[in-house]
Amino acid sequence: MNGTQKATKSDNPFLPEPARIVRTYPLTEDVNFFQIRIADMEKALGFSYQTGQFAMMTVLGAGEAPFSISSTPSRPGLLEFCIRKAGTVTNALFNLKENDLVGLRGPYGTGFPVDKMQGKDIIIVMGGLGAAPLRSVLLYCLDNRDQFGRVILLHGAKRPAEMLFLEEQLELKGRDDLECHLTVDSDDTGQWTEGTGVVTTLFPKLEGIDPENTFGLVCGPPIMYKFVLQEFLKLDIPKDQILMTLERRMKCGVGKCGHCAIDYIYTCLDGPVFSYWDVIHMRELI
Amino acid sequence: MKIVKMKRENLSSFLEAISREAELWAPVKKGVDTHAFQVVKDFSEIDLNYTRTILPPRKILVPSRFNMFQATKTEYTPDFSHVSNKIIFGIHPCDISGLLTMDKFYSYAIEDPYYLESRKKAMILGHSCWPDEHCLCKSTNTHIVEEGYDLFFTDLKDFYLVWIGSTQGDDLIRLVPDLFEGEIADQDIQRFMQWREDRDKAYSSEINFVAMADLMELRYNDPVWAKLGEACLACGSCTNVCPTCNCYNVEDRPVLGAEHSNISRCWDACTLENYSGVAGGENFREKRADRLKLWYTHKLQAYISKYGKPACVGCGRCIATCPVDINIKTVSDSLDGANPDAFWNRLSQEVTK
Repeated sequence: MNGTQKATKSDNPFLPEPARIVRTYPLTEDVNFFQIRIADMEKALGFSYQTGQFAMMTVLGAGEAPFSISSTPSRPGLLEFCIRKAGTVTNALFNLKENDLVGLRGPYGTGFPVDKMQGKDIIIVMGGLGAAPLRSVLLYCLDNRDQFGRVILLHGAKRPAEMLFLEEQLELKGRDDLECHLTVDSDDTGQWTEGTGVVTTLFPKLEGIDPENTFGLVCGPPIMYKFVLQEFLKLDIPKDQILMTLERRMKCGVGKCGHCAIDYIYTCLDGPVFSYWDVIHMRELI
Repeated sequence: MKIVKMKRENLSSFLEAISREAELWAPVKKGVDTHAFQVVKDFSEIDLNYTRTILPPRKILVPSRFNMFQATKTEYTPDFSHVSNKIIFGIHPCDISGLLTMDKFYSYAIEDPYYLESRKKAMILGHSCWPDEHCLCKSTNTHIVEEGYDLFFTDLKDFYLVWIGSTQGDDLIRLVPDLFEGEIADQDIQRFMQWREDRDKAYSSEINFVAMADLMELRYNDPVWAKLGEACLACGSCTNVCPTCNCYNVEDRPVLGAEHSNISRCWDACTLENYSGVAGGENFREKRADRLKLWYTHKLQAYISKYGKPACVGCGRCIATCPVDINIKTVSDSLDGANPDAFWNRLSQEVTK
């Protein structure tokens, strides 16, 4: 044949790496936390990724699915995921125990541009499972605290019992170098001491935002983007400094299976991190 | 590129010789006017007098289902059993263009060895064709190919002119050099030029292909999409028969009575309902109109930004296949204003018949 293809059988981008569940425990009723380590120690330490990227995880006999990485690359070796029991793969995954094996490949997609974000103020807005990818960049900022200006976290959930990483974030509230605001749509416990209302009700709490010097990051359920993006725009944050990470169906992670196509891009290659600028140019994005 | 001549009666001797080198695939008649590529042992089965096969030849390289891995929890063993030495004889220019499009797609950014390994081992022996009323390859400029084949046979009745497109193609000719003549007489050249002229005139159908990328953008919110969505059956046929469709799904099935799972790849179609559905119930393209728009945007516009040209090769399969007449011709005619109700007209005529 003609052409100069270089792919060989030994260079197989679809090949999963056996990985072990080190620890798993529930975060909420239907969301579990998973710590996973690639079985081959050298490969585990060599797995270098960026905040906002995702990995493909295989539960043998059930299938493969994409998951945002919730851990930070500043703490290598162990990968963390925050996963909702929602489909075939996750149902099978929830049946696995610590020390069981899964398959892992990646990392895939674009990450948050932490180099460009250096020296800037960072507002992180998470809702629901949006905490999964954004926890990565939050921890990264905190681990490299001197590289960033103000770090602000706005986190919304439906009920206190549904707030992911609640304990971790209540603990973080004690830090004086993080502005952490939590809210729930409604408090059904009577013991909630944080805010009440949707996540956008937290924006008036923000004071002295210097928009040119600020990055706004958002991830959450599809309905949330529109409203949070409006808040960012009201603050006059430049469009290329408003970043979001999006969910789509992905079966391959490498731009071949087609499922995550939007317009001329593939979410798995050209995303999942997009800027508001991209949203203006691609109609189906949000 | 070297061109040689072969007498028509030498074809079966040539096929005989090359079929010893690799598995020979060629078009075979399947129904009244349907053809399919299949492995041929008996050369009399080959029917070169065909317009288009039901499925495009990509099915030979990436079958509708094949195994990617045999896997246990500790080991994922890649399975390349779909890859073997093949000679595909009788491919038309549009389908060769389709393979060239696939080559670019599967090589882009991250290379896909499951396609590329298969492609490397396949020799492409093209064959000339004559258009019917659905052929749009002149509009898409894929009616003549200058690359993408090892040999290309132009049928000039009692002889063929054979283009040698690669050294591997040349090797095939060298297996039986006596079957070919290097000298091409002036009258043969004149016959070829006449054939080209006659064939160019034989096209009865055309689309405003060049304008399509802009029209997709300009008519993004046009009501025609809602009408197309209303008529679409979401059956996935247009994608299955398209030479440049590549979408697939992955299935992981435990093998009964064994310790391993088979992880296999099977064709998928963006026009099917759950194509963009994710776990938890969200479906990013629940509406048929949105899925059709994705298909046509991807073919006619999106491909240009990454691969330099659109993905339609004008083979006419979607026209011959779609049960409700949503196809490249009717969509183009609707979008460019030539016939705003193109698909709807024919559909209502057929329903009222």
